[in-house]
Amino acid sequence: MSAILPLRLEEVSFTAGGRRIIDRVSLALEAGTSTIILGANGAGKSVLMRLMHGLLAPSSGRIAWSEDGARRRQAMVFQRPVMLRRSALGNVVYALKAAGVPAAQRTRLALEALDEVGLRPLAARPARVLSGGEQQRLALARAWALHPEVLFLDEPTANLDPGATREIEAVIQAFDVAGTKIVMSTHSLGQARRLGDEVIYLHQGRVLERAPIERFFPQPATAEAAAFVKGELPWG
Amino acid sequence: MLDALVSGLRLVATLDLRLWEIVGLSLVVSLSAVALATLLGLPFGAALAVGRFSGRQAVIVVLNALMGLPPVVVGLIIYLLLSRAGPLGPLGLLFTPQAMVIAQTVLVLPIIAALARQSVEDAWREYEEQLRSFGVQGARAALTVLWDIRFSLLTAVLAGLGRASAEVGAVMIVGGNIDGVTRVMTTTIALETSKGDLPLALGLGMVLIAIVLVLNAAAHLIREAALRRHG
Repeated sequence: MSAILPLRLEEVSFTAGGRRIIDRVSLALEAGTSTIILGANGAGKSVLMRLMHGLLAPSSGRIAWSEDGARRRQAMVFQRPVMLRRSALGNVVYALKAAGVPAAQRTRLALEALDEVGLRPLAARPARVLSGGEQQRLALARAWALHPEVLFLDEPTANLDPGATREIEAVIQAFDVAGTKIVMSTHSLGQARRLGDEVIYLHQGRVLERAPIERFFPQPATAEAAAFVKGELPWG
Repeated sequence: MLDALVSGLRLVATLDLRLWEIVGLSLVVSLSAVALATLLGLPFGAALAVGRFSGRQAVIVVLNALMGLPPVVVGLIIYLLLSRAGPLGPLGLLFTPQAMVIAQTVLVLPIIAALARQSVEDAWREYEEQLRSFGVQGARAALTVLWDIRFSLLTAVLAGLGRASAEVGAVMIVGGNIDGVTRVMTTTIALETSKGDLPLALGLGMVLIAIVLVLNAAAHLIREAALRRHG
């Protein structure tokens, strides 16, 4: 059903300060499956997602969506959401305006999105005084209002307590049910199991392994991934 | 001494015409200068915060240093530019309120630009990725950031106004302290004190302190209210 997918990466590298952070990655992301990007700190997860989302330009290689106009049909939720100094509702309305949604529809769509993440009662509250979990749900509402075909999530629950994490995961699942392709990095293997269909395992900027969840966890194909799954983070 | 203080208070309380003319001119000059400096300084500061060009660090260092420009030096430079033999001499602006506005604009511009640069840069670091993710770029992104930090920018503007209304050196040199034409609060205080007319000097001093106090209180209250409302 998605038209901008698959997203194809061909020999994509990214170098910063003389260090190669992403090293000749080639892969295709298809619609339908939820993709979890796993890897140790510094493996390049965040950079890979920023490259896919278009926030960074590859140093070499090619990144191509299947259709033009992909920019407005994808959204990203960051580890630390940036809240504009407006109300919760105002934040969602701003995202809709930026996406070119006509003014007459913005408030209705924004309220629907707040409903979806359970923030409707806090619509008038200034976004910056919301709790961490509420802010992250608001970030998800901003994405929800746009009905993106692809949603990138960069460790969306890294700073949250278990209760808030459960609420965030429920919203992510709702995106999945609504047909949005999920691409998420996480440190939590439990979260990967709960939300993912497949795993891309990143090590020192390279894709070492890509496998369905049900195969990756019991039988990682590489020693690095096996060590990671066992909790022995491979620094070497 | 006490007599002078009482007489000064009486001048303020009885709305002494001479006193209030001086106060009025001071406000017109300083407010005009700050308005001009804001118009020029905010875009300049914002561009400097977001732009990436070689020599940027040097420009920032110079701009920060200019915040401490001695008013008399600014006055001297503007005097030389506006004096009959100077490049802007034909305009005939020396010893007019306009000359005082120009001098104070030069004095206040670095303060507003430098403070705006700092605020915008901090905000931009936080907002850039999110705005690009929304597909918001260029002037629209800049406007979003400026609007979001409008209260910090107001503080920068009020800091400029405080500086402008309190300085004496620049307006004294380019205005000439001519009675009824270019005499403002600070220059009058300097003159009357040396003449020994303490009541007028003290009266104006009280008004000046009151203005500076009100400005600072306003800056403080606006910041507090903004923090409470917007976080």
